[in-house]
Amino acid sequence: MTQRVVVAEKILKANDELAAENRARLEDAGVFSLNLMASPGAGKTSLVERTVAGLADRLQVAVIDGDLATSLDADRAAAAGARAVQINTNGQCHLDANMVGHGLDALDLSGVDLLIIENVGNLVCPVEFALGAHRNVLIASVPEGDDKPYKYPGSYRGMDVVVLNKIDLLPHVRFDVDRFRHGVEVLNPGVRILEVSCTTGEGLPAWLAWISEQAEAHRVSSDERRARR
Amino acid sequence: MHELSLAQHLLDLALEHAARAGADRITRLNLVVGELAPVEPSCLSFYWDHIAADTAAAGSSVEVRRLPLRLLCQGCNQVFEPASENWSCPKCSSDRVRLQGGDECYLEAIDVEVDKRAEAPA
Repeated sequence: MTQRVVVAEKILKANDELAAENRARLEDAGVFSLNLMASPGAGKTSLVERTVAGLADRLQVAVIDGDLATSLDADRAAAAGARAVQINTNGQCHLDANMVGHGLDALDLSGVDLLIIENVGNLVCPVEFALGAHRNVLIASVPEGDDKPYKYPGSYRGMDVVVLNKIDLLPHVRFDVDRFRHGVEVLNPGVRILEVSCTTGEGLPAWLAWISEQAEAHRVSSDERRARR
Repeated sequence: MHELSLAQHLLDLALEHAARAGADRITRLNLVVGELAPVEPSCLSFYWDHIAADTAAAGSSVEVRRLPLRLLCQGCNQVFEPASENWSCPKCSSDRVRLQGGDECYLEAIDVEVDKRAEAPA
Protein backbone atom coordinates (compact mmCIF):
# COMPACT_ATOMS: atom_id res chain seq x y z
CA MET A 1 0.00 0.00 0.00
CA THR A 2 1.22 3.49 -0.83
CA GLN A 3 1.44 6.20 1.75
CA ARG A 4 2.76 9.72 1.81
CA VAL A 5 5.52 10.67 4.24
CA VAL A 6 5.91 14.38 4.89
CA VAL A 7 9.57 15.44 4.75
CA ALA A 8 9.60 19.24 4.39
CA GLU A 9 13.39 19.53 4.49
CA LYS A 10 15.79 21.43 2.28
CA ILE A 11 17.40 19.22 -0.33
CA LEU A 12 20.81 20.44 0.72
CA LYS A 13 20.27 19.83 4.43
CA ALA A 14 23.41 17.66 4.66
CA ASN A 15 25.49 20.39 3.03
CA ASP A 16 24.00 22.96 5.41
CA GLU A 17 25.02 20.80 8.38
CA LEU A 18 28.61 20.56 7.13
CA ALA A 19 28.59 24.32 6.54
CA ALA A 20 27.60 24.79 10.19
CA GLU A 21 30.59 22.60 11.19
CA ASN A 22 32.92 24.74 9.07
CA ARG A 23 31.50 27.85 10.72
CA ALA A 24 32.12 26.36 14.17
CA ARG A 25 35.75 25.59 13.25
CA LEU A 26 36.27 29.15 12.03
CA GLU A 27 34.66 30.51 15.19
CA ASP A 28 36.95 28.38 17.36
CA ALA A 29 39.97 29.69 15.45
CA GLY A 30 38.72 33.29 15.71
CA VAL A 31 38.67 33.68 11.93
CA PHE A 32 36.26 35.94 10.03
CA SER A 33 35.38 34.58 6.58
CA LEU A 34 33.99 35.59 3.20
CA ASN A 35 32.53 33.46 0.39
CA LEU A 36 33.43 35.26 -2.83
CA MET A 37 31.26 34.40 -5.84
CA ALA A 38 31.13 35.65 -9.43
CA SER A 39 30.99 34.60 -13.03
CA PRO A 40 34.33 33.81 -14.71
CA GLY A 41 36.29 36.94 -15.48
CA ALA A 42 34.43 39.29 -13.13
CA GLY A 43 37.64 39.86 -11.18
CA LYS A 44 37.54 37.52 -8.18
CA THR A 45 41.25 36.79 -8.13
CA SER A 46 42.17 40.41 -8.85
CA LEU A 47 40.03 41.48 -5.90
CA VAL A 48 41.67 38.81 -3.73
CA GLU A 49 45.13 40.11 -4.69
CA ARG A 50 44.12 43.70 -3.99
CA THR A 51 42.53 42.69 -0.69
CA VAL A 52 45.48 40.65 0.58
CA ALA A 53 47.94 43.41 -0.33
CA GLY A 54 45.67 46.19 0.94
CA LEU A 55 45.13 44.57 4.34
CA ALA A 56 48.68 43.25 4.82
CA ASP A 57 49.47 45.79 7.55
CA ARG A 58 46.23 45.07 9.43
CA LEU A 59 45.16 41.44 8.94
CA GLN A 60 46.70 38.06 8.27
CA VAL A 61 44.73 36.67 5.35
CA ALA A 62 44.25 33.07 4.22
CA VAL A 63 42.63 32.03 0.94
CA ILE A 64 40.88 28.84 -0.13
CA ASP A 65 40.70 28.82 -3.91
CA GLY A 66 38.17 26.71 -5.75
CA ASP A 67 38.74 25.90 -9.39
CA LEU A 68 37.95 23.15 -11.86
CA ALA A 69 41.67 22.47 -12.31
CA THR A 70 45.08 24.20 -11.94
CA SER A 71 46.44 26.18 -9.00
CA LEU A 72 46.82 29.47 -10.90
CA ASP A 73 44.51 31.40 -8.59
CA ALA A 74 46.00 30.09 -5.33
CA ASP A 75 49.46 30.91 -6.72
CA ARG A 76 48.37 34.50 -7.32
CA ALA A 77 46.87 34.77 -3.81
CA ALA A 78 50.08 33.33 -2.30
CA ALA A 79 52.23 35.72 -4.34
CA ALA A 80 50.17 38.59 -2.93
CA GLY A 81 51.08 37.41 0.58
CA ALA A 82 48.24 35.11 1.66
CA ARG A 83 48.39 31.64 3.12
CA ALA A 84 46.64 29.85 0.24
CA VAL A 85 45.33 26.39 -0.56
CA GLN A 86 43.83 25.25 -3.84
CA ILE A 87 40.83 22.96 -4.11
CA ASN A 88 40.36 21.40 -7.52
CA THR A 89 36.74 20.42 -7.99
CA ASN A 90 37.55 18.23 -11.00
CA GLY A 91 34.78 19.63 -13.12
CA GLN A 92 32.25 20.26 -10.37
CA CYS A 93 30.76 23.70 -10.97
CA HIS A 94 30.81 24.95 -7.36
CA LEU A 95 32.47 24.50 -3.98
CA ASP A 96 30.42 22.69 -1.36
CA ALA A 97 30.80 22.61 2.41
CA ASN A 98 32.58 19.25 2.34
CA MET A 99 35.33 20.51 0.01
CA VAL A 100 35.81 23.62 2.13
CA GLY A 101 36.13 21.35 5.17
CA HIS A 102 39.04 19.62 3.42
CA GLY A 103 40.48 23.03 2.58
CA LEU A 104 40.35 23.95 6.27
CA ASP A 105 42.16 20.67 7.09
CA ALA A 106 45.00 21.74 4.80
CA LEU A 107 45.24 25.27 6.15
CA ASP A 108 47.09 26.42 9.25
CA LEU A 109 44.61 28.90 10.74
CA SER A 110 46.78 30.00 13.65
CA GLY A 111 47.18 33.75 13.57
CA VAL A 112 44.78 34.10 10.65
CA ASP A 113 42.26 36.95 10.96
CA LEU A 114 40.45 36.67 7.64
CA LEU A 115 39.68 33.71 5.38
CA ILE A 116 38.59 34.42 1.83
CA ILE A 117 36.98 31.50 0.01
CA GLU A 118 37.19 32.15 -3.71
CA ASN A 119 34.44 30.08 -5.28
CA VAL A 120 34.48 28.50 -8.75
CA GLY A 121 33.78 31.05 -11.49
CA ASN A 122 30.07 30.49 -12.07
CA LEU A 123 27.11 32.80 -11.54
CA VAL A 124 24.49 30.07 -11.14
CA CYS A 125 25.44 27.14 -8.92
CA PRO A 126 27.69 28.31 -6.02
CA VAL A 127 24.99 30.37 -4.31
CA GLU A 128 22.95 27.22 -3.59
CA PHE A 129 25.72 25.61 -1.55
CA ALA A 130 26.36 27.19 1.85
CA LEU A 131 30.03 26.92 2.88
CA GLY A 132 29.88 28.24 6.43
CA ALA A 133 31.40 31.64 5.65
CA HIS A 134 30.28 34.62 7.71
CA ARG A 135 29.42 36.83 4.74
CA ASN A 136 28.46 36.20 1.13
CA VAL A 137 29.96 38.52 -1.45
CA LEU A 138 29.07 38.66 -5.12
CA ILE A 139 31.33 40.42 -7.60
CA ALA A 140 29.56 41.79 -10.65
CA SER A 141 31.44 43.60 -13.38
CA VAL A 142 30.42 46.39 -15.69
CA PRO A 143 30.95 44.48 -18.98
CA GLU A 144 28.45 41.83 -17.83
CA GLY A 145 25.64 44.37 -18.13
CA ASP A 146 23.19 46.08 -15.76
CA ASP A 147 20.46 43.48 -16.35
CA LYS A 148 22.13 40.63 -14.48
CA PRO A 149 20.16 40.96 -11.20
CA TYR A 150 16.97 40.65 -13.27
CA LYS A 151 18.20 37.78 -15.43
CA TYR A 152 19.93 35.83 -12.65
CA PRO A 153 17.90 36.81 -9.59
CA GLY A 154 18.70 33.54 -7.81
CA SER A 155 22.42 34.29 -8.02
CA TYR A 156 22.02 37.75 -6.57
CA ARG A 157 19.91 36.50 -3.67
CA GLY A 158 21.38 36.08 -0.17
CA MET A 159 24.31 38.50 -0.61
CA ASP A 160 25.64 40.72 2.15
CA VAL A 161 27.78 42.76 -0.22
CA VAL A 162 27.74 43.18 -3.97
CA VAL A 163 30.97 44.55 -5.42
CA LEU A 164 30.56 46.18 -8.82
CA ASN A 165 34.00 45.84 -10.41
CA LYS A 166 35.58 47.43 -13.51
CA ILE A 167 33.87 50.80 -13.04
CA ASP A 168 36.77 52.31 -15.00
CA LEU A 169 34.94 50.89 -18.04
CA LEU A 170 31.68 52.79 -17.36
CA PRO A 171 32.46 55.53 -19.92
CA HIS A 172 32.86 52.88 -22.62
CA VAL A 173 29.96 50.50 -21.86
CA ARG A 174 26.21 51.03 -21.71
CA PHE A 175 25.55 50.33 -18.02
CA ASP A 176 22.85 52.02 -15.92
CA VAL A 177 24.19 51.91 -12.35
CA ASP A 178 20.81 52.88 -10.83
CA ARG A 179 19.00 50.09 -12.65
CA PHE A 180 21.62 47.61 -11.48
CA ARG A 181 21.43 48.85 -7.87
CA HIS A 182 17.64 48.67 -7.81
CA GLY A 183 17.59 45.01 -8.85
CA VAL A 184 20.23 44.10 -6.25
CA GLU A 185 18.40 45.94 -3.47
CA VAL A 186 15.04 44.29 -4.21
CA LEU A 187 16.67 40.88 -3.81
CA ASN A 188 18.80 41.82 -0.78
CA PRO A 189 17.24 44.44 1.47
CA GLY A 190 20.01 46.26 3.34
CA VAL A 191 22.76 45.02 1.02
CA ARG A 192 25.90 47.11 0.64
CA ILE A 193 26.86 47.83 -2.97
CA LEU A 194 30.47 48.91 -3.49
CA GLU A 195 31.67 50.29 -6.83
CA VAL A 196 35.34 49.52 -7.44
CA SER A 197 38.01 49.13 -10.07
CA CYS A 198 40.74 46.60 -9.35
CA THR A 199 42.67 48.13 -12.24
CA THR A 200 42.75 51.77 -11.07
CA GLY A 201 42.15 51.10 -7.36
CA GLU A 202 39.13 53.41 -7.29
CA GLY A 203 36.61 52.44 -4.58
CA LEU A 204 38.90 49.84 -3.00
CA PRO A 205 39.43 51.79 0.26
CA ALA A 206 35.69 51.44 1.02
CA TRP A 207 35.87 47.68 0.38
CA LEU A 208 38.94 47.27 2.59
CA ALA A 209 37.35 49.43 5.29
CA TRP A 210 34.21 47.29 5.22
CA ILE A 211 36.24 44.08 5.69
CA SER A 212 38.32 45.63 8.49
CA GLU A 213 35.16 46.77 10.31
CA GLN A 214 33.50 43.38 9.93
CA ALA A 215 36.60 41.47 11.02
CA GLU A 216 37.09 43.76 14.01
CA ALA A 217 33.43 43.44 15.08
CA HIS A 218 33.76 39.67 14.74
CA ARG A 219 36.94 39.63 16.82
CA VAL A 220 35.32 41.67 19.59
CA SER A 221 32.24 39.44 19.71
CA SER A 222 34.29 36.22 19.75
CA ASP A 223 36.51 37.60 22.53
CA GLU A 224 33.38 38.39 24.53
CA ARG A 225 32.01 34.89 23.91
CA ARG A 226 35.27 33.35 25.10
CA ALA A 227 35.33 35.55 28.19
CA ARG A 228 31.84 34.36 29.13
CA ARG A 229 32.84 30.70 28.96
CA MET B 1 25.16 21.49 -13.94
CA HIS B 2 25.09 20.69 -10.22
CA GLU B 3 22.02 18.47 -10.54
CA LEU B 4 24.19 15.39 -10.00
CA SER B 5 25.18 16.53 -6.52
CA LEU B 6 21.61 17.64 -5.85
CA ALA B 7 20.41 14.16 -6.84
CA GLN B 8 22.87 12.58 -4.41
CA HIS B 9 21.71 14.83 -1.58
CA LEU B 10 18.10 14.13 -2.49
CA LEU B 11 18.65 10.38 -2.37
CA ASP B 12 20.28 10.52 1.07
CA LEU B 13 17.40 12.62 2.40
CA ALA B 14 14.67 10.44 0.87
CA LEU B 15 16.22 7.16 2.04
CA GLU B 16 16.63 8.54 5.55
CA HIS B 17 12.94 9.45 5.77
CA ALA B 18 11.78 6.21 4.12
CA ALA B 19 13.75 4.16 6.64
CA ARG B 20 12.35 6.17 9.51
CA ALA B 21 8.82 5.46 8.24
CA GLY B 22 9.55 1.74 7.95
CA ALA B 23 8.96 1.84 4.19
CA ASP B 24 10.25 -0.77 1.76
CA ARG B 25 10.16 1.30 -1.41
CA ILE B 26 9.98 4.89 -2.50
CA THR B 27 7.72 5.39 -5.51
CA ARG B 28 7.71 9.14 -5.88
CA LEU B 29 9.45 12.27 -4.59
CA ASN B 30 7.56 15.54 -4.36
CA LEU B 31 9.87 18.54 -4.64
CA VAL B 32 9.10 22.22 -4.40
CA VAL B 33 11.47 24.41 -6.39
CA GLY B 34 11.16 28.16 -6.76
CA GLU B 35 11.99 29.94 -9.99
CA LEU B 36 15.12 31.42 -8.39
CA ALA B 37 16.59 28.05 -7.46
CA PRO B 38 18.91 26.86 -10.22
CA VAL B 39 17.45 23.39 -10.63
CA GLU B 40 16.53 21.97 -14.01
CA PRO B 41 13.92 19.22 -13.43
CA SER B 42 14.60 17.20 -16.58
CA CYS B 43 18.33 17.21 -15.81
CA LEU B 44 17.63 16.15 -12.23
CA SER B 45 15.40 13.28 -13.43
CA PHE B 46 18.11 12.13 -15.81
CA TYR B 47 20.66 11.77 -13.00
CA TRP B 48 18.02 10.45 -10.63
CA ASP B 49 17.49 7.22 -12.57
CA HIS B 50 21.21 6.43 -12.29
CA ILE B 51 21.69 7.57 -8.70
CA ALA B 52 18.60 5.77 -7.37
CA ALA B 53 19.30 2.45 -9.13
CA ASP B 54 19.89 -0.43 -6.69
CA THR B 55 18.40 1.50 -3.79
CA ALA B 56 14.94 1.52 -2.21
CA ALA B 57 14.17 4.46 -4.50
CA ALA B 58 14.93 2.58 -7.74
CA GLY B 59 12.34 3.34 -10.41
CA SER B 60 10.77 6.19 -8.45
CA SER B 61 9.65 9.37 -10.16
CA VAL B 62 10.62 12.92 -9.26
CA GLU B 63 7.75 15.38 -9.40
CA VAL B 64 8.69 19.03 -9.22
CA ARG B 65 6.22 21.74 -8.27
CA ARG B 66 7.64 25.04 -9.54
CA LEU B 67 6.82 28.25 -7.73
CA PRO B 68 7.16 31.58 -9.51
CA LEU B 69 9.18 34.61 -8.41
CA ARG B 70 6.89 36.72 -6.21
CA LEU B 71 7.52 40.31 -5.25
CA LEU B 72 5.79 42.35 -2.54
CA CYS B 73 5.06 46.03 -3.14
CA GLN B 74 5.87 48.02 0.00
CA GLY B 75 3.68 50.86 -1.20
CA CYS B 76 0.36 49.04 -1.57
CA ASN B 77 1.14 45.49 -0.28
CA GLN B 78 0.32 43.96 -3.65
CA VAL B 79 2.05 40.61 -4.23
CA PHE B 80 2.82 40.07 -7.90
CA GLU B 81 4.76 37.93 -10.33
CA PRO B 82 6.92 40.32 -12.33
CA ALA B 83 7.15 40.39 -16.07
CA SER B 84 10.71 39.31 -16.83
CA GLU B 85 12.67 42.52 -16.38
CA ASN B 86 10.10 44.95 -15.04
CA TRP B 87 10.01 44.81 -11.26
CA SER B 88 7.72 47.79 -10.66
CA CYS B 89 4.35 47.18 -8.97
CA PRO B 90 1.69 46.60 -11.65
CA LYS B 91 -0.97 48.17 -9.40
CA CYS B 92 0.64 51.40 -8.14
CA SER B 93 3.85 51.50 -10.25
CA SER B 94 6.03 51.80 -7.13
CA ASP B 95 9.68 50.71 -7.31
CA ARG B 96 9.76 49.91 -3.61
CA VAL B 97 9.41 46.15 -3.88
CA ARG B 98 10.87 43.25 -1.91
CA LEU B 99 11.29 39.56 -2.60
CA GLN B 100 8.35 37.60 -1.24
CA GLY B 101 9.15 34.12 -2.55
CA GLY B 102 10.58 32.05 -5.34
CA ASP B 103 13.79 30.76 -3.74
CA GLU B 104 12.27 27.56 -2.31
CA CYS B 105 14.18 24.29 -2.78
CA TYR B 106 12.93 21.48 -0.58
CA LEU B 107 11.62 17.94 -0.49
CA GLU B 108 7.97 18.25 0.51
CA ALA B 109 7.07 14.57 0.82
CA ILE B 110 7.85 11.09 -0.44
CA ASP B 111 5.34 8.44 -1.51
CA VAL B 112 6.37 5.06 -0.16
CA GLU B 113 5.17 1.46 -0.11
CA VAL B 114 5.18 -0.72 2.96
CA ASP B 115 5.04 -4.47 2.42
CA LYS B 116 2.61 -6.34 4.61
CA ARG B 117 4.63 -8.52 6.96
CA ALA B 118 3.58 -11.68 8.73
CA GLU B 119 3.19 -11.02 12.42
CA ALA B 120 6.30 -12.17 14.19
CA PRO B 121 5.56 -14.98 16.63
CA ALA B 122 5.25 -13.71 20.19
